[in-house]
Amino acid sequence: MNFRRLFLIAVPYSWLLLLFLVPFGIVLKISLSDPALAIPPYVPKFELAQGWAGIKAMFAAFDLENFVYLTEDNLYWKAYISSVQIALLSMVLTLLVGYPIAYGMANASEEWRPTLMMLVILPFWSSFLIRVYAWIGILGQNGYLNQLLQALGIIDEPLVILNTPIAVYIGIVYTYLPFMVLPIYATLEKLDGDLLEAAEDLGCSRIKAFWLITVPLSRPGVIAGCFLVFIPVVGEFVIPSLLGGSRTLMIGKILWDEFFSNRDWPLASAVAVILLLILIIPIVLFQRQQQRQQEAER
Amino acid sequence: MTFEAVKRPVFAPWKDPDAIPLIRFEGVTKKFGEFVAIENLSLSIYEREFFALLGPSGCGKTTLMRMLAGFETPTTGIITLDGRDIIGVPPNKRPVNMMFQSYALFPHLTVAENIAFGLKRSDMPKDQIAARVDEMLALVQLSKFGGRKPHQISGGQRQRVALARALAKAPKLLLLDEPLAALDRKLREETQFELMDIQEKLGTTFVIVTHDQEEAMTVASRVAVMNHGELVQVETPERIYEHPANRYVADFIGDVNLIEGTISASEGETCQISWAEGQPLLNATPSELLAVGASCCLAIRPEKVSISSEEPTDAANAVAGRVLDIGYLGNISTYHVQLSNGKVIKAQVANHRRLARRAFTWEDPVWVSFTATAGVVLTE
Repeated sequence: MNFRRLFLIAVPYSWLLLLFLVPFGIVLKISLSDPALAIPPYVPKFELAQGWAGIKAMFAAFDLENFVYLTEDNLYWKAYISSVQIALLSMVLTLLVGYPIAYGMANASEEWRPTLMMLVILPFWSSFLIRVYAWIGILGQNGYLNQLLQALGIIDEPLVILNTPIAVYIGIVYTYLPFMVLPIYATLEKLDGDLLEAAEDLGCSRIKAFWLITVPLSRPGVIAGCFLVFIPVVGEFVIPSLLGGSRTLMIGKILWDEFFSNRDWPLASAVAVILLLILIIPIVLFQRQQQRQQEAER
Repeated sequence: MTFEAVKRPVFAPWKDPDAIPLIRFEGVTKKFGEFVAIENLSLSIYEREFFALLGPSGCGKTTLMRMLAGFETPTTGIITLDGRDIIGVPPNKRPVNMMFQSYALFPHLTVAENIAFGLKRSDMPKDQIAARVDEMLALVQLSKFGGRKPHQISGGQRQRVALARALAKAPKLLLLDEPLAALDRKLREETQFELMDIQEKLGTTFVIVTHDQEEAMTVASRVAVMNHGELVQVETPERIYEHPANRYVADFIGDVNLIEGTISASEGETCQISWAEGQPLLNATPSELLAVGASCCLAIRPEKVSISSEEPTDAANAVAGRVLDIGYLGNISTYHVQLSNGKVIKAQVANHRRLARRAFTWEDPVWVSFTATAGVVLTE
C-alpha cells in the first residue's frame, strides 16, 4: 500500500474516529460513571494529572449500575418500544405519501422535473424548528386547520390534534418526506420506459405492469428511504416534544429530561448507548443492502 | 452424395390477387401535433412474410411498428389484423409481440422468468409454461442460462432472450425494432441468418424495423423503403436493388452511379441518353418507351461497371477517364474513375486472385464500360 492510498483511506477514517468514535467513547465512559453534584455532574473524572494510577482508579470506579437501572424502571423500555413503534408507523406513512409524489415527479415531463425537485427540497431552506413551530399554529385548537374546517362547516367543535400522537405523525411525515421522496425518485427516474411497454406488450394491464415491474425495480429506493426515515425518527426529540405534548412517550424526550432536567448525565448516557445499539441493527442492514445494490449494478 | 434440385413453390403471396393479407394499413395518417409522421399510407403484409421497414431515422418506420404493437393510434385510417380492426385494442390484448431495440429485459427476473412473463399473463397451465420456456430456451440455444439474470449474460445472449420472450406466446405477428443494432458486425451477420432460420421454422410473420439496408436485404422477403412518412417502394430485395423505383431508392440501397441526362433517341426497347458535352451517348434499356427530350437518370451499380486499360471493342457503352482513387476492401476493390468532364464513375472489381499484381494504379488512363442492360433508366 503506497502513501497516497493510505492518505485517501485515512481521511474518512479519521473523520469517523474524531466525530463518532471519540464522542461515543466519552458517552460510554460517562454511562459507566456515577452521578454527582459537581461540574461535570459525574464521578470519576478522567484526570491525566494523576498519571497511570489515576486511570486505574477511574476504571475501578466504573460499573453497570445505570444499565441495570434501565431494565428495572419500565419507563425506559416502554419508551424504547414506543419510539420504535412510532418510527415504524411514521416510516410506513411517509412511504405511503412519498411514493406517489416520487412517482408523479418521475413521470412528469422533462422540463418540470427540476422544478418539482426544487419544491421537494425547498423546505430545507428554512429552519426545521421554525417549520415545526408553524405546525403548532396550524394544528392548534384555534389554528388555521380548525378555522378552515369550521368555516367550511365540516366540523362544529374544533378538533384536538395538537399534543396528540396524530400531530407527531403529521410533523414527522412532513419533516422526513424529502428523505423518502428523493431516493425513490432516483430509482423511478432511472426506470426504462421500454420495460413497462414490454410488460404491456406481453399481456399486462398498466396496473399489473406497475406492480410487477415498477414496484420491484424501485425497491432499492424504497428501502433506502425507509431507513433514512426510520433511523433518525427513533431518536427524534423536537417533534414529539413540540407537537406531541406529554402523552407521547419517546426515547429522545426521556434522554433530554434525564440530561437537562435531572442532570443525571450517566443515566442519560446509558440511554443513549442503548439507543445506539438498537439503531446499529437497521444501520448494518441498510449498509448491507446498499452494498448488494452496488454489486447488482456493476 | 449428389444433390438433386427440388422444385419448391415460390413464396410470393403479394403477387396472388386472391391472397388475404394478415395486416392491412388503409389510408393511415399519424400526426404528432403539427408533425406528420405517417402520411396516407396503405400497405398489406401477408402471413409468413419477413417484412422489413427500411429508412433513415425519422422516416416514420418506428411509428408504423408502434401502431402495430398498439402503443400509438393512427390519427386517421384503418389497420386490420386477420381481418379484424385493431385500432383501439390495447397492446396487452393483441396477438402481437415486440422485441425492443433495448431488449427491455426485466433486470429483476431470471432469463427463464423473463421468457415465462408473457405466458404467466395468459391462461396457460403452470406445467405447460415450464415446458414452453424450456422449448424457447432450446430454440435460442440458451438452455444452460435459464437461471441467470440478464446482467450476467453477454449482449448477444440478451438479444436471444429478448427474441425468445417475444416468441414465447406464439404471436401471430412478431415485431422487431432494430433487433441487431447493438451487436457487433460479425455477430450481427450470424444472427441475421439465425433469425431467418427461426422465422422459417416457426412460420410466424415477422416485421422488422431497421435503418441498415444490408440487414433488410439479407433477412426480408419484402422490403418497404420509407422516407418522410411515405412508402417509396415496397418490393423484394432483388427488385429493390436491381429495379429501384426512383433516385432515392437507388441511392439509399447500396452504392450507385447516378448519371443525369436527356433522351436523345428512343427506338423499341433501347434508347440513347445524352448526358455531357463531348461524351459519347449512352445506350440503355428503359422499362417503358420514353419520349425524346425527356430528362432521365441512369443508375448503374459499380459492380456492373468494368474497367480496362484498352478501349473495349464490344461494349455498348465505354468512356475514357483516369483512376482517381482506389478503395481496397479485401474481397473487392472500388476504383473511382474521373472522366474528362469531371464526373466520377465508380467501378468495382472482385479480387479473384490472391497474388495478382494490381492492373491499375493512381492516375492511370483507363476505360470504363457497361452493357446496355446494366443500368436502370429512372425518370422520377
